[in-house]
Amino acid sequence: MSKQEFLDRLRKGLSGLPEYDIEERLTFYSEMIDDRMEEGVTEEAAVGEIGNVDDIVSQIVSEIPLSKLVKEKVKPKRSFRAWEIVLLILGSPIWFSLLIALFAIVFSFYIVIWSVIFSLWAVEVALGACFFTGIFSSFVFIFQGKALPGIGILGFGIFCAGLFILLFFGCKEASQGILLLTKKMALGIKSWFIGKEDVK
Amino acid sequence: MDIQLKRGLLDVCVLAAIKNEASYGYKIIKDMKPYIEMSESTLYTILKRLEVSGMLTVKTAEHGGRLRKYYHITHMGLQRIEAFKDEWKEIMSIYEFVTKEEDDNNE
Repeated sequence: MSKQEFLDRLRKGLSGLPEYDIEERLTFYSEMIDDRMEEGVTEEAAVGEIGNVDDIVSQIVSEIPLSKLVKEKVKPKRSFRAWEIVLLILGSPIWFSLLIALFAIVFSFYIVIWSVIFSLWAVEVALGACFFTGIFSSFVFIFQGKALPGIGILGFGIFCAGLFILLFFGCKEASQGILLLTKKMALGIKSWFIGKEDVK
Repeated sequence: MDIQLKRGLLDVCVLAAIKNEASYGYKIIKDMKPYIEMSESTLYTILKRLEVSGMLTVKTAEHGGRLRKYYHITHMGLQRIEAFKDEWKEIMSIYEFVTKEEDDNNE
Protein backbone atom coordinates (compact mmCIF):
# COMPACT_ATOMS: atom_id res chain seq x y z
CA MET A 1 0.00 0.00 0.00
CA SER A 2 1.33 3.45 -0.84
CA LYS A 3 1.49 6.26 1.68
CA GLN A 4 -1.27 8.20 -0.06
CA GLU A 5 -3.50 5.13 -0.16
CA PHE A 6 -2.93 4.57 3.57
CA LEU A 7 -3.76 8.18 4.42
CA ASP A 8 -6.87 8.15 2.20
CA ARG A 9 -8.19 5.02 3.87
CA LEU A 10 -7.42 6.44 7.30
CA ARG A 11 -9.29 9.64 6.46
CA LYS A 12 -12.28 7.62 5.29
CA GLY A 13 -12.30 5.55 8.49
CA LEU A 14 -12.12 8.63 10.70
CA SER A 15 -14.82 10.56 8.85
CA GLY A 16 -16.97 10.77 12.01
CA LEU A 17 -14.34 12.93 13.73
CA PRO A 18 -13.96 16.72 13.65
CA GLU A 19 -12.00 17.91 10.61
CA TYR A 20 -9.09 19.46 12.55
CA ASP A 21 -8.71 16.20 14.48
CA ILE A 22 -8.49 14.17 11.26
CA GLU A 23 -5.93 16.56 9.75
CA GLU A 24 -3.72 16.43 12.82
CA ARG A 25 -3.75 12.64 12.91
CA LEU A 26 -3.03 12.34 9.20
CA THR A 27 -0.07 14.73 9.57
CA PHE A 28 1.22 12.61 12.44
CA TYR A 29 1.06 9.33 10.48
CA SER A 30 2.44 10.99 7.36
CA GLU A 31 5.45 12.20 9.35
CA MET A 32 5.94 8.73 10.80
CA ILE A 33 6.03 7.18 7.33
CA ASP A 34 8.37 9.89 5.98
CA ASP A 35 10.79 9.40 8.88
CA ARG A 36 10.95 5.68 8.18
CA MET A 37 11.53 6.24 4.47
CA GLU A 38 14.30 8.67 5.30
CA GLU A 39 16.12 5.81 7.01
CA GLY A 40 16.07 3.85 3.77
CA VAL A 41 12.89 1.83 4.29
CA THR A 42 10.76 1.53 1.14
CA GLU A 43 7.40 3.28 1.08
CA GLU A 44 5.54 -0.04 1.07
CA ALA A 45 7.48 -1.39 4.08
CA ALA A 46 7.19 1.89 6.00
CA VAL A 47 3.39 1.83 5.64
CA GLY A 48 3.38 -1.85 6.63
CA GLU A 49 5.27 -1.06 9.86
CA ILE A 50 2.61 1.45 10.90
CA GLY A 51 0.02 -1.32 10.93
CA ASN A 52 -3.40 -2.24 9.62
CA VAL A 53 -5.61 0.77 8.84
CA ASP A 54 -8.78 -0.85 10.19
CA ASP A 55 -7.08 -1.70 13.50
CA ILE A 56 -5.78 1.85 13.82
CA VAL A 57 -9.22 3.30 13.07
CA SER A 58 -10.99 1.12 15.63
CA GLN A 59 -8.35 1.94 18.28
CA ILE A 60 -8.74 5.67 17.65
CA VAL A 61 -12.54 5.53 17.70
CA SER A 62 -12.58 3.53 20.93
CA GLU A 63 -10.37 6.16 22.60
CA ILE A 64 -12.42 9.18 21.48
CA PRO A 65 -14.90 10.29 24.17
CA LEU A 66 -18.52 9.60 23.24
CA SER A 67 -19.50 13.25 23.76
CA LYS A 68 -17.10 14.35 21.01
CA LEU A 69 -18.60 11.91 18.50
CA VAL A 70 -22.13 12.99 19.37
CA LYS A 71 -21.24 16.65 19.07
CA GLU A 72 -19.74 16.09 15.63
CA LYS A 73 -22.77 14.06 14.54
CA VAL A 74 -25.40 16.59 15.54
CA LYS A 75 -23.46 19.57 14.20
CA PRO A 76 -25.17 20.72 10.98
CA LYS A 77 -22.96 20.06 7.95
CA ARG A 78 -24.00 23.38 6.40
CA SER A 79 -25.63 26.52 7.72
CA PHE A 80 -29.43 26.87 7.50
CA ARG A 81 -30.97 28.68 4.57
CA ALA A 82 -33.23 31.68 5.19
CA TRP A 83 -36.46 29.85 4.33
CA GLU A 84 -35.50 26.98 6.60
CA ILE A 85 -35.07 29.35 9.52
CA VAL A 86 -38.44 30.98 8.75
CA LEU A 87 -40.07 27.56 8.58
CA LEU A 88 -38.40 26.54 11.80
CA ILE A 89 -39.72 29.61 13.61
CA LEU A 90 -43.22 29.41 12.09
CA GLY A 91 -43.42 25.73 12.93
CA SER A 92 -42.15 26.21 16.46
CA PRO A 93 -45.65 26.05 18.06
CA ILE A 94 -45.92 22.54 16.64
CA TRP A 95 -42.43 21.04 16.97
CA PHE A 96 -41.63 22.75 20.23
CA SER A 97 -44.76 21.46 21.95
CA LEU A 98 -44.15 17.99 20.49
CA LEU A 99 -40.60 18.07 21.84
CA ILE A 100 -41.84 19.09 25.29
CA ALA A 101 -44.45 16.31 25.16
CA LEU A 102 -41.74 13.79 24.26
CA PHE A 103 -39.58 14.89 27.17
CA ALA A 104 -42.62 14.81 29.45
CA ILE A 105 -43.37 11.22 28.44
CA VAL A 106 -39.80 10.08 29.07
CA PHE A 107 -39.74 12.00 32.33
CA SER A 108 -43.05 10.59 33.59
CA PHE A 109 -41.88 7.10 32.63
CA TYR A 110 -38.89 7.59 34.95
CA ILE A 111 -41.12 8.97 37.70
CA VAL A 112 -43.46 5.97 37.51
CA ILE A 113 -40.61 3.46 37.66
CA TRP A 114 -38.96 5.17 40.58
CA SER A 115 -42.30 5.57 42.41
CA VAL A 116 -42.67 1.79 42.35
CA ILE A 117 -39.22 1.43 43.85
CA PHE A 118 -39.97 4.13 46.39
CA SER A 119 -43.22 2.48 47.53
CA LEU A 120 -41.45 -0.88 47.85
CA TRP A 121 -38.90 0.69 50.17
CA ALA A 122 -41.70 2.48 52.04
CA VAL A 123 -43.36 -0.89 52.77
CA GLU A 124 -39.96 -2.18 53.86
CA VAL A 125 -39.54 0.69 56.32
CA ALA A 126 -43.10 0.18 57.60
CA LEU A 127 -42.41 -3.51 58.23
CA GLY A 128 -39.26 -2.60 60.13
CA ALA A 129 -41.25 -0.12 62.23
CA CYS A 130 -43.91 -2.81 62.92
CA PHE A 131 -41.22 -5.15 64.15
CA PHE A 132 -39.74 -2.66 66.60
CA THR A 133 -43.13 -1.41 67.82
CA GLY A 134 -44.38 -4.99 68.17
CA ILE A 135 -41.45 -6.01 70.34
CA PHE A 136 -41.69 -2.84 72.41
CA SER A 137 -45.48 -2.99 72.99
CA SER A 138 -45.40 -6.72 73.75
CA PHE A 139 -43.04 -5.96 76.62
CA VAL A 140 -45.37 -3.21 77.81
CA PHE A 141 -48.32 -5.65 77.77
CA ILE A 142 -46.39 -8.41 79.54
CA PHE A 143 -45.16 -5.89 82.11
CA GLN A 144 -48.77 -4.86 82.76
CA GLY A 145 -49.68 -8.51 83.34
CA LYS A 146 -51.58 -9.00 80.07
CA ALA A 147 -49.51 -11.95 78.88
CA LEU A 148 -51.76 -13.27 76.11
CA PRO A 149 -52.08 -10.08 74.01
CA GLY A 150 -48.40 -9.45 74.74
CA ILE A 151 -47.33 -12.76 73.21
CA GLY A 152 -49.72 -12.21 70.31
CA ILE A 153 -48.13 -8.87 69.50
CA LEU A 154 -44.65 -10.32 69.92
CA GLY A 155 -45.56 -12.98 67.35
CA PHE A 156 -46.83 -10.31 64.99
CA GLY A 157 -43.61 -8.35 65.45
CA ILE A 158 -41.48 -11.36 64.58
CA PHE A 159 -43.70 -12.10 61.56
CA CYS A 160 -43.04 -8.52 60.37
CA ALA A 161 -39.32 -9.07 60.89
CA GLY A 162 -39.47 -12.13 58.64
CA LEU A 163 -41.30 -10.21 55.94
CA PHE A 164 -38.82 -7.37 56.39
CA ILE A 165 -35.87 -9.64 55.64
CA LEU A 166 -37.58 -11.29 52.66
CA LEU A 167 -38.69 -8.02 51.14
CA PHE A 168 -35.25 -6.47 51.65
CA PHE A 169 -33.73 -8.78 49.04
CA GLY A 170 -36.66 -8.12 46.72
CA CYS A 171 -36.24 -4.35 47.08
CA LYS A 172 -32.50 -4.57 46.49
CA GLU A 173 -32.87 -6.68 43.35
CA ALA A 174 -35.62 -4.42 41.99
CA SER A 175 -33.57 -1.26 42.60
CA GLN A 176 -30.50 -2.73 40.93
CA GLY A 177 -32.56 -3.96 38.01
CA ILE A 178 -34.13 -0.56 37.46
CA LEU A 179 -30.73 1.12 37.73
CA LEU A 180 -29.38 -1.24 35.06
CA LEU A 181 -32.40 -0.56 32.88
CA THR A 182 -31.87 3.19 33.24
CA LYS A 183 -28.22 2.85 32.21
CA LYS A 184 -29.13 0.67 29.23
CA MET A 185 -31.71 3.19 28.11
CA ALA A 186 -29.12 5.98 28.29
CA LEU A 187 -26.70 3.89 26.23
CA GLY A 188 -29.46 3.13 23.74
CA ILE A 189 -30.08 6.83 23.29
CA LYS A 190 -26.33 7.40 22.74
CA SER A 191 -25.98 4.67 20.12
CA TRP A 192 -28.96 6.18 18.33
CA PHE A 193 -26.84 9.33 17.94
CA ILE A 194 -23.62 7.88 16.60
CA GLY A 195 -24.51 4.56 14.98
CA LYS A 196 -23.82 1.06 16.23
CA GLU A 197 -20.31 0.60 14.89
CA ASP A 198 -18.82 3.51 16.81
CA VAL A 199 -20.10 2.54 20.25
CA LYS A 200 -17.92 -0.51 20.91
CA MET B 1 -1.89 -4.70 33.83
CA ASP B 2 -4.43 -2.27 35.26
CA ILE B 3 -5.30 0.24 32.50
CA GLN B 4 -5.03 3.34 34.71
CA LEU B 5 -1.64 2.24 36.03
CA LYS B 6 -0.33 1.43 32.56
CA ARG B 7 -1.53 4.76 31.19
CA GLY B 8 0.35 6.62 33.92
CA LEU B 9 3.50 4.62 33.29
CA LEU B 10 3.44 5.20 29.53
CA ASP B 11 2.99 8.94 30.08
CA VAL B 12 6.16 9.05 32.16
CA CYS B 13 8.01 6.90 29.59
CA VAL B 14 7.27 9.41 26.83
CA LEU B 15 8.27 12.31 29.08
CA ALA B 16 11.55 10.53 29.82
CA ALA B 17 12.17 10.09 26.10
CA ILE B 18 12.11 13.88 25.57
CA LYS B 19 13.67 14.78 28.91
CA ASN B 20 17.19 15.58 27.73
CA GLU B 21 16.40 17.04 24.33
CA ALA B 22 13.37 17.73 22.18
CA SER B 23 12.42 14.75 20.05
CA TYR B 24 10.01 13.76 17.29
CA GLY B 25 7.46 10.96 17.00
CA TYR B 26 9.48 8.28 15.23
CA LYS B 27 12.58 8.89 17.36
CA ILE B 28 10.54 8.59 20.56
CA ILE B 29 9.24 5.19 19.43
CA LYS B 30 12.75 4.07 18.45
CA ASP B 31 14.30 5.25 21.72
CA MET B 32 11.69 3.43 23.78
CA LYS B 33 11.74 0.26 21.72
CA PRO B 34 14.40 -1.63 23.78
CA TYR B 35 12.26 -1.05 26.87
CA ILE B 36 8.68 -0.91 25.67
CA GLU B 37 6.94 -1.40 22.32
CA MET B 38 4.45 1.32 21.55
CA SER B 39 2.23 1.73 18.51
CA GLU B 40 1.90 5.04 16.68
CA SER B 41 -1.75 5.38 17.69
CA THR B 42 -0.91 4.93 21.36
CA LEU B 43 1.92 7.45 21.13
CA TYR B 44 -0.35 9.99 19.46
CA THR B 45 -2.91 9.73 22.24
CA ILE B 46 -0.25 10.10 24.93
CA LEU B 47 1.46 13.08 23.25
CA LYS B 48 -1.92 14.79 22.89
CA ARG B 49 -2.77 14.15 26.54
CA LEU B 50 0.61 15.45 27.71
CA GLU B 51 0.26 18.54 25.53
CA VAL B 52 -3.22 19.34 26.85
CA SER B 53 -2.08 18.93 30.45
CA GLY B 54 0.89 21.25 29.84
CA MET B 55 3.65 18.66 30.31
CA LEU B 56 5.07 19.30 26.85
CA THR B 57 4.88 21.82 24.04
CA VAL B 58 4.90 21.14 20.30
CA LYS B 59 6.99 23.11 17.82
CA THR B 60 6.96 22.51 14.10
CA ALA B 61 10.32 22.81 12.37
CA GLU B 62 11.53 22.25 8.85
CA HIS B 63 13.47 19.10 8.20
CA GLY B 64 14.71 17.93 4.79
CA GLY B 65 12.17 19.95 2.86
CA ARG B 66 9.18 18.91 4.95
CA LEU B 67 7.73 19.78 8.34
CA ARG B 68 8.33 17.78 11.45
CA LYS B 69 6.82 18.20 14.91
CA TYR B 70 9.24 18.38 17.82
CA TYR B 71 8.10 17.77 21.37
CA HIS B 72 9.69 19.82 24.15
CA ILE B 73 9.30 18.94 27.81
CA THR B 74 8.06 21.70 30.13
CA HIS B 75 8.88 22.40 33.74
CA MET B 76 5.65 20.63 34.68
CA GLY B 77 6.73 17.60 32.68
CA LEU B 78 10.04 17.44 34.53
CA GLN B 79 8.16 17.72 37.82
CA ARG B 80 5.95 14.82 36.75
CA ILE B 81 9.04 12.60 36.26
CA GLU B 82 10.34 13.54 39.72
CA ALA B 83 6.92 12.85 41.26
CA PHE B 84 6.87 9.48 39.50
CA LYS B 85 10.18 8.51 41.12
CA ASP B 86 8.76 9.24 44.56
CA GLU B 87 5.53 7.40 43.79
CA TRP B 88 7.51 4.42 42.62
CA LYS B 89 9.33 4.16 45.95
CA GLU B 90 5.92 3.97 47.59
CA ILE B 91 4.79 1.29 45.17
CA MET B 92 7.96 -0.73 45.85
CA SER B 93 7.35 -0.64 49.57
CA ILE B 94 3.78 -1.81 48.99
CA TYR B 95 5.15 -4.59 46.79
CA GLU B 96 7.53 -5.60 49.55
CA PHE B 97 4.66 -5.73 52.02
CA VAL B 98 2.46 -7.79 49.67
CA THR B 99 5.16 -10.35 48.92
CA LYS B 100 6.23 -10.51 52.57
CA GLU B 101 2.72 -11.72 53.46
CA GLU B 102 3.08 -14.45 50.86
CA ASP B 103 6.50 -15.52 52.21
CA ASP B 104 5.08 -15.69 55.74
CA ASN B 105 2.27 -17.93 54.55
CA ASN B 106 4.66 -20.23 52.72
CA GLU B 107 6.76 -20.83 55.79
